Amino acid sequence: MNGAPYGLIAEFDSPADVLHAAEKVRDAGFRRWDVFSPFPVHGLAKVMGLKNSLVGWFALVFGGSAFLGSMLMIWYMNDYNYPILTGGKPMFSPPQALVPSYILLVLAAAVGAFVGMVALNRFPRLYHPLFKHNRFALASRDKFFLVIETSDPKFSETETRALLESAGSTHLELVVE
Amino acid sequence: MTRLEALVPPKELRRGPQAPYQRGLGGLTDHLTAMAEGKTPLWWWILFIPAAFCAAVVLPAMLAYLISTGVGVWGNNVPVAWGWDIINFVWWVGVAHAGTLISAMLFLTRQHWRTAIGRAAEAMTVFAVLCAGLYPAVHVGRVWFAWWLFPIPLTTDMWPQFRSPLMWDVFAVNTYLIVSSLFWYMGLIPDLALLRDRATSRVRKFIYGLFALGWTGSARQWHHYEKAYLVLSGLATLLVFTVSSIVGMDFATSQLAGWHETIFPFYFVAGAVFCGFGMVLVLLIPLRKWCHLEDIITLRHIDRVCKMTLMMGCIMGYIYVMEYFIAWYSGSPYDAWVFGHRLFGHYYWFGGWIMIGVNALLPQLFWIKKVRQNLKLIFVIAVLINIGMWFERFTIIVGSLYQDFLPSSWHPFYPTWVDVCTFIGTLGVFFTMYLLFVRFLPMIAVSEVKAITPQADPHHPLGGAKGGRP
Repeated sequence: MNGAPYGLIAEFDSPADVLHAAEKVRDAGFRRWDVFSPFPVHGLAKVMGLKNSLVGWFALVFGGSAFLGSMLMIWYMNDYNYPILTGGKPMFSPPQALVPSYILLVLAAAVGAFVGMVALNRFPRLYHPLFKHNRFALASRDKFFLVIETSDPKFSETETRALLESAGSTHLELVVE
Repeated sequence: MTRLEALVPPKELRRGPQAPYQRGLGGLTDHLTAMAEGKTPLWWWILFIPAAFCAAVVLPAMLAYLISTGVGVWGNNVPVAWGWDIINFVWWVGVAHAGTLISAMLFLTRQHWRTAIGRAAEAMTVFAVLCAGLYPAVHVGRVWFAWWLFPIPLTTDMWPQFRSPLMWDVFAVNTYLIVSSLFWYMGLIPDLALLRDRATSRVRKFIYGLFALGWTGSARQWHHYEKAYLVLSGLATLLVFTVSSIVGMDFATSQLAGWHETIFPFYFVAGAVFCGFGMVLVLLIPLRKWCHLEDIITLRHIDRVCKMTLMMGCIMGYIYVMEYFIAWYSGSPYDAWVFGHRLFGHYYWFGGWIMIGVNALLPQLFWIKKVRQNLKLIFVIAVLINIGMWFERFTIIVGSLYQDFLPSSWHPFYPTWVDVCTFIGTLGVFFTMYLLFVRFLPMIAVSEVKAITPQADPHHPLGGAKGGRP
């Protein structure tokens, strides 16, 4: 083994176990820790104190600016820069310009939501210290992992290990970078 | 009463335990990834080789002939300037719609059963929109100018004309393709990570790992992911209604009898979803058997899709009745002429009968429970629905165009072999891509199916909760 230790990884067998362990870890005052599971565990975000994700704001800003930009673009192209009269329709009328602008709102907001998800999760990040841990592949299958990083100010190898053992972890190991 | 007790339905409404949940999360994972990881079955090759031939040889040859010679190689003429190209465009867009409805709208309404069929339906959406988008692109005639449709500064200083619904269509179809692909891909990320973690060869690990973007399944990642999925569902739901509405407006804003109807946007949305459910059944009934997913895509799922199809069939019936009623009630002789000729016309009298018989009356069989459980019969009905909806577009487009206001310009429409082979080519593209999807990606959304099992509920005894009741 070489490299600095990254954190203590604790394995759990059921979502309820990991949820209770997360409550204990939170109550012990840890900051730099995370839970890994094959699906979102109900109630975990609340235990971890995760605030409302900013993804929605990404979508709003992207979509809103696309809508306004598109209305402006249509006015500029069909009314200001090169007006052509077709079918007796007005050069620019908001109800007509609304349809393509609304479509572009949906497009940009969807791209915004995706970009927001990718940016907030700092994707793509193809390397992670935990990928070295040979049991971590089960995190996408049927096991639940709680990791406390060594950089947490409250981390102490013996005490943290004792805490996670008392929380019912079936397998505990120190992972290196 | 605890929250859990409040959620348990009364005894009469309780359903038997679902088989996949007996296996536990690990067994469920093995089962759902088996197709993407195991050996390629024989049926896959038997379907893939002809489909790939149509996609890789027939379609490119037809497109090359079309582009090098001109749209005259199709049966289109004056007055029938829209022929199989637009019929097939509308048909493919329609096929796409059920996928978005299942994956987005049923997600917003918290229909957990959708998890078993959502992924497969979304893939259908993406591939069908690809096939749809091809037609308008090549039917413009001078394909090398197709980029004029986009608002790009040109040397001619001309801009696209945004007052036409045909222009809106360009945006609607492209948006639909991009948004449904994003939605599909984002849903795949946790499952790509699963395949990465399970991969035995370095190549598979690298490729799945690359597309999984480094997903670890951490609570923080899930938190952002769930929010993004919710937002994307909401946006995709909007597209279920707008894309086909705009396709309907392409027709409705014209002055042609048979097209000039206010019901058209709604008509096209309903028809699209109806046709799409037909395609979902056509794809899932064989696949659930061949991929051994009978206990995941259960008879209950098929039953529900049948009920949705029935509902859409009733809406189609209502719209047909309303169309004929308005044609009579409006007092317009042109409308009366077109609608009379849909049933008793010179050339295309069969169109109206197929519309009413197959799209409105045939789905009424789904009122009978025995029919909804007979997979062979459902399959036949679903294939007929797809054919019936194709004929609906044929009747609307060709049936309204071939006898316009001036009898001297009347002209019947006959498809040429190029029309037929181009359509076969797009069917090849669709099935090639679908088969590749079934073989190399998880056809069922594994993380979503796992998340609705009792083992995944931290407040359920199977999920490890102490106390409570099973």
